[in-house]
Amino acid sequence: MRSGFFAGLLLATVSATAAFAQGAPIKLADVAELSGGGATVGNNWKNGIDLAIEEINAKGGVLGRKLEVTHADSQSNPGVARAQVQKALDNEPYVLLGPGYSGSVKVTSPLAAEAGIAQIMGGEAAELTQGGNKFLFRTSFGQQSSMPKVAKYINDELKAKSVAVVWVNNDFGKGGRDVITKEFAKYNIKVAADLSTEAGQADFAADVSKIKAAAPDAVFIYLNEEESARILKELKRQAVTVPLMGETTLVGQKVVELAGDAANGARGHVGLTTDAPVDLVKAFREKFVKKYNYVPDHNGLKGYLAIYMIKATTDKMGKVDPKAFADTLHGLTIKAANEPGILMDVTFDEKGDIDRQGFLVEIVEGKQVVKQVLPKLN
Amino acid sequence: MSNLLDLLVAGLATGAIYALVAVGFTLLWQTSQTINFAQGEFVMLPAFLMLAVMHAGAPFWLAIILGILLSLLLLGLGFKLLLVDPMLRHGVLPLAIATMALAIGMKEAVKQFFSAEASPFPSIVPAGDVSILGRVISLQSLGVLALAIAVVIGLTLLLNRTSIGHQMQATAQNPTVARIIGVPVERMILLTFLINAFLVALASLLITPIYLAKFSSGEVLGQAAFIAAIVGGFNQVRGAIAGGLLIGVVDNLAAAYVSTQYRAAVPMVLLIVIILFRPQGLLGRPEERTV
Repeated sequence: MRSGFFAGLLLATVSATAAFAQGAPIKLADVAELSGGGATVGNNWKNGIDLAIEEINAKGGVLGRKLEVTHADSQSNPGVARAQVQKALDNEPYVLLGPGYSGSVKVTSPLAAEAGIAQIMGGEAAELTQGGNKFLFRTSFGQQSSMPKVAKYINDELKAKSVAVVWVNNDFGKGGRDVITKEFAKYNIKVAADLSTEAGQADFAADVSKIKAAAPDAVFIYLNEEESARILKELKRQAVTVPLMGETTLVGQKVVELAGDAANGARGHVGLTTDAPVDLVKAFREKFVKKYNYVPDHNGLKGYLAIYMIKATTDKMGKVDPKAFADTLHGLTIKAANEPGILMDVTFDEKGDIDRQGFLVEIVEGKQVVKQVLPKLN
Repeated sequence: MSNLLDLLVAGLATGAIYALVAVGFTLLWQTSQTINFAQGEFVMLPAFLMLAVMHAGAPFWLAIILGILLSLLLLGLGFKLLLVDPMLRHGVLPLAIATMALAIGMKEAVKQFFSAEASPFPSIVPAGDVSILGRVISLQSLGVLALAIAVVIGLTLLLNRTSIGHQMQATAQNPTVARIIGVPVERMILLTFLINAFLVALASLLITPIYLAKFSSGEVLGQAAFIAAIVGGFNQVRGAIAGGLLIGVVDNLAAAYVSTQYRAAVPMVLLIVIILFRPQGLLGRPEERTV
């Protein structure tokens, strides 16, 4: 009786191990801003992830194994994000996805690095990839890549000699403000007003009054999506007519939806946009709209790309190995011709930063119009 | 100087909306000793009711009417019958805590059934600008200010010049005596709840195009209006109006001349100073209670 029991137990163990090795789903963990101030960011990111996983699983998965993801809500709060990431890592995921807010990435990335799990995130603060963390990867440009392009555009195209800088007082905003003011100094562009605002701020009347008083040639706005929409409305309300320039968030789909007419004329650099003149991006947009019934912003693209980064890296390794994942992704170039889900050719450097083509866009009649395509550097 | 004019106009426009909400605070307190800590969420909800009606295919004007009617039903009648009446008999404090719970419930419900993300909301005031004293001022700011002032004047006339207003005041001052002289006290109390519901619906209509419709948008508003009511005088409608306008202007001036980071603290400092030197508020009347 007892020998029969052990034989059965052994058989069950062997079967389970074999299933894990061959057919068991590959577990991914996502921690994102599903509520709170970053809900737009987190929900777009989550939907992009779910769409990519659905596509990949429909085609047989990665190396024959299905992808399976759990989503956890950081409530746009770094403290909650840290707790959720710790909980997610306890379940030993293959790769950690998110968060999107730089402040949340900053407090969670040491946990993932300690666990030896690659973290593919949406944060854009320059400092995130400067600390030598070998497990952290971006899905979009860091500020150190995008801000020089913005400053160059303001100098060359707008010919502005003085700029009011409005930024959100968190890791994302402060990082962007520090990089752009350094870049302005290179062009001798004067910072006419340096305005720090709060995350979740509802009333921008006083800030816009200060901008009017400073009389700049242009305004650089670096806020999260909802705040970007509110300040655009207030700028229109107070009849500010100088060019408005931003980076990614200012000209995002959600901002355009929330700000309405007030978004018209806003310009910005975007690393990812669903209005990009790229066939694969257009196809992605159609699939996303069909599934979710709205046009995603760049965060939807980021989430989608994160999953195809996992697929391409795993295919390259030929095995599901969480420990070797980060090493493989460093220095990897993924070509859209080989992996269409990656949408545009992309290269990851040793820090986890990316090199990919970018776009300069303007909002015209409520739509992003690509004015310039900035090619991939290498 | 010109910058100051911009700040004053913007501050008065926001302050007028705070005043509407603060008046609701004082009305409920005076007639039924209700401190409604869900007042900010009461401003948030009507916008979502109107959006829900619009999503069903109705035009904006119909959404406004239905939104206000639904607000009267839910935030006026429903609030009184389902929460205030059962809780008030246990004292003011349990009721205040119950309204805090209601605030959390309303926020979470909107987040779950509508969205955690902000939504755009149309403005009833057309876009455009006018020039006043050489400054370009938006029609939206002026429209919000004008509408809010019109409502406040209307309410003041109702309270001071009509029989119903006198009965409401009698109810607020001494419900026992009011009942003896034939005032339908219960009906007057219900009327104040309905007026509060109308005021928050109107505030919602005016503020949401600027702040956007979001489940958490009531937090800031509720706090600002509560401070405004105390600063102006919790037991006087005119005090709440003055307090609302003052807080709106002080908030804007603080953001411009003190610091954006400390702007939220400045009205609270003002509140502390006024409590220390004039506990009844700027225009309130002293109240004494026996124990």
